[in-house]
Amino acid sequence: MISEQVGAEPKKKASLFTVLRENSRAQGLFLISPTNIYLFLMVVLPLILVTGLSFLSRGAYGQVLFRFNLTNYTRLFDALYGKVMVFSLGIGIGTTLICILVGYPLAYFLARAPARQRSLLLFLILLPFWTNFIIRIFAWMIILRSGGLLDTILQWLHITQAPLNLLYTPTAVLIGMVYEFLPFMVLPLYTSLEKIENSLLEAAADLGAPPWKAFLRVTLPLSVPGMIAGTILTFIPAMGMFVVPDILGGAKTILIGNVIRNQFLTARDWPFGAAASMVLMIMTMVLTLYYTRKAGFGEELLV
Amino acid sequence: MSEKKPALWLRIYSFLVYGFIYAPILILIVFSFNTQKLNVRWEGFTLEWYKVLFADSQIFLATRNTLMIAFVSTLVATIIGTMAALAMHRYRFPFYNVSETVMYIPIVIPEVVMGISLLVFFVMINFTLGLATITLSHIAFNIPFVALVVRARLHGYDKAIDEAAMDLGANELTTFWRVTLPTIMPGVLSGAMLALTLSLDDYVITYFTAGPGSTTLPLRVFSMVKTAVTPEINALSTIWVLIIFVLLVIGQVAQRKKA
Amino acid sequence: MKSEYAVEFHDVVKIFPTPEGGQVNAVDHVSININHGEFFSLLGPSGCGKTTSLRLMAGFEWPTSGDVIIDGEKMGRRPPFLRPVNTVFQNYALFQHMTVYQNVAFGLEMEKVSKNEIDRRVNEALEMVKLPGMGRRKPKQLSGGQQQRIALARALVKRPEVLLLDEPLGALDLKLRKEMQLELKALQEQVGITFIYVTHDQEEALTMSNRIAVMSRGKALQIGPAVEIYERPNCRFVADFIGETNFLLGKIKIIDKDRVTVEISSPNQEICGIGIGQLSVGQAVAVSIRPEKVRLVDDDGSEVAELKGTENLLKGRVSATAYIGSDTRMVLELGTGVRMKVWEQNAISTLDPEAYYSTGDVVRIFVPYENTLVLPEDSV
Repeated sequence: MISEQVGAEPKKKASLFTVLRENSRAQGLFLISPTNIYLFLMVVLPLILVTGLSFLSRGAYGQVLFRFNLTNYTRLFDALYGKVMVFSLGIGIGTTLICILVGYPLAYFLARAPARQRSLLLFLILLPFWTNFIIRIFAWMIILRSGGLLDTILQWLHITQAPLNLLYTPTAVLIGMVYEFLPFMVLPLYTSLEKIENSLLEAAADLGAPPWKAFLRVTLPLSVPGMIAGTILTFIPAMGMFVVPDILGGAKTILIGNVIRNQFLTARDWPFGAAASMVLMIMTMVLTLYYTRKAGFGEELLV
Repeated sequence: MSEKKPALWLRIYSFLVYGFIYAPILILIVFSFNTQKLNVRWEGFTLEWYKVLFADSQIFLATRNTLMIAFVSTLVATIIGTMAALAMHRYRFPFYNVSETVMYIPIVIPEVVMGISLLVFFVMINFTLGLATITLSHIAFNIPFVALVVRARLHGYDKAIDEAAMDLGANELTTFWRVTLPTIMPGVLSGAMLALTLSLDDYVITYFTAGPGSTTLPLRVFSMVKTAVTPEINALSTIWVLIIFVLLVIGQVAQRKKA
Repeated sequence: MKSEYAVEFHDVVKIFPTPEGGQVNAVDHVSININHGEFFSLLGPSGCGKTTSLRLMAGFEWPTSGDVIIDGEKMGRRPPFLRPVNTVFQNYALFQHMTVYQNVAFGLEMEKVSKNEIDRRVNEALEMVKLPGMGRRKPKQLSGGQQQRIALARALVKRPEVLLLDEPLGALDLKLRKEMQLELKALQEQVGITFIYVTHDQEEALTMSNRIAVMSRGKALQIGPAVEIYERPNCRFVADFIGETNFLLGKIKIIDKDRVTVEISSPNQEICGIGIGQLSVGQAVAVSIRPEKVRLVDDDGSEVAELKGTENLLKGRVSATAYIGSDTRMVLELGTGVRMKVWEQNAISTLDPEAYYSTGDVVRIFVPYENTLVLPEDSV
């Protein structure tokens, strides 16, 4: 049996193993260090490089001039790019608002569905979003293009006479964004609504509130956390999007994401692109870190 | 919420929203069999586009690359991410808060920013862009997601079973292998699934870290969408959707069976 | 067996940091010697250090100072899998992903026992806990009581020298708990190994143990068999924690060997009792009188005359009574707000209401000197 061990304490080998065994802090460090090292190299360091890059300039031949200056940042807020920023903000807000308006009733419907049906219905909402999103945006391209499916149907129904020319407009971009982000709004809203106990609504009714008042004064306020979570999941990525504007918006509709992409791959003005990235990142990180420090990540959504 | 039957208008509305969500995909699928090239009118049934798809060597190369990258990055990220989740759940160590923040950065920053920063990094250290850089980048954004999922699943973990294993004679390694890991396996698999999906689907970060020769399926689809618009894309989409659908259904059935 | 004791604590201290940044002595200079084959209980309220003490024995914690010795060997910083003890956990800690058989076999696999031997011993263990044939089931298919027994089997199958049990019956309903108490006791006697049992339920400890250690705030206040703990508690806490008692506060007037006279403040009179511990004249003390150890007589009855001249006579009014069946429990007002619990056995079977005291009755209470303990007031 185990008690065959020699009388005194077992010989202490000063090996890594014994150090780890006795020291729980060391164990923790051991487990987290691959992550820390990897992410430091691949995330923190690159971001620091980008930050530094944003203060430099592009030379005549596309090389980087190591002179600290703020011209990139001032340029971002000039007439041309300032408009892009405002436009991006607008698209972000617009997408979020439309998602809330469209998604809220759906979330409400899901929250009140019988439990058996509920998981099926949720599954059905998620199913399309497991397919590649470029494919789905392409589908909208087909639908919205001039003379495309939407036009064909509307003209066939005699609602319109001429093609709508929806493709390559901000409207198309908005439609694509809403399509893309709808589940990110619906799911948190659903989670929030689902948690509202029936007894609260019964109490409201008992105290004399008609259904619409109960909704306004009880349901709506209690669903606010879901709205906030959904907003974070929608607004922030929407600001950084460039794929949707690229496919559905053409050259005319440009968001910050497109600016960044162009600077890095076409115009080759990396410092300027870096500055644009910094601005985007600061805007989004501030929002996210503030909210998640307060209310967690919604990890329960992932389980 | 109460389960009184929702009002009629609500049901109709929801049905419409579901329609909105599914219509584009259904259109894609239907038109993949269309003889007409422009995806406007239905002209005739054909499997021509599928033949073109299967003959397309670029697609096969891209598919192979995508699968390889996804497999490798998922494997590595799952191991590292699970270790990280265990660390954050059980231990207090120096720089705990910093580690936590750093770990969540890839989740909160816009993909564009992460993409370009990786590009800048690789260029600055003179690392040629190619499949390797894509894989390294995928690992970087997968680790936090795996860690997040596993950590969420660790919440109810009963530490006593680890102690019981050690009490019964298992050392730390054996305890981890025989008791801890099997118990958290559903969470780990969940995280791995998420990582796999993120990797298979990734466009933005791959876009910035891919070299001239290396193409993945999302990249290929994007370029096909922007340039040669033939229903071959529809065929590809249909097959993709079908595969995902079958996998998801299998997943759901497997979950039901277990319960 | 190579040593005198199964388990020893030599002045063990265990310090934990508190969330506020301070420190707490979870185990505060505790020394205990536990005999081979003993059923030994660690008893006390939550936070008293009993579970920590158990974990120090098992190896889940290491002492800040002092020695934990098992079967004569100092354990030092030896991890749990190298100690000759096994634990039955409060929430059973069964491996949910393994079958019952695999759970019980686990410890034997760690010892690299042969497959045939494992098979034999696992079945033997399942028989011992009266769950033969449950091997194929998964833990979540079993009831709470059954899971508890599997946890027991899993630990016992390894034939440890000492079995540690951490409030194993806490999650069971009352009836099942009482059944299991008897079963555990019988099992321990049958197998003959040392059981160290943690509980906050004093009735449980009193029923099952050979000896009990009463703990509070990290200290072992008193160690001894049940009768000693109950009849001769060595401090106020133990007197209060075990069973029920009444305390009358006062100051010591006279000390005559172990016979102490105390001047009670309210009601103002003198009481004599047995002195416990180091006492000095003028010291503030609490006089402990157990409710079942007093005699009640009607104030205006014939028995009052018998008691005239005896010491420790009190007078009071019945303010509440509860008929329990086997006894009647009463609360008496001794005047000026001092209350006393008194239990009188219903020794005679009668329906005559006159035989039972009712609210408002004035009574005399007589507490024999031997049933009165004088304890330092502020002990622990």
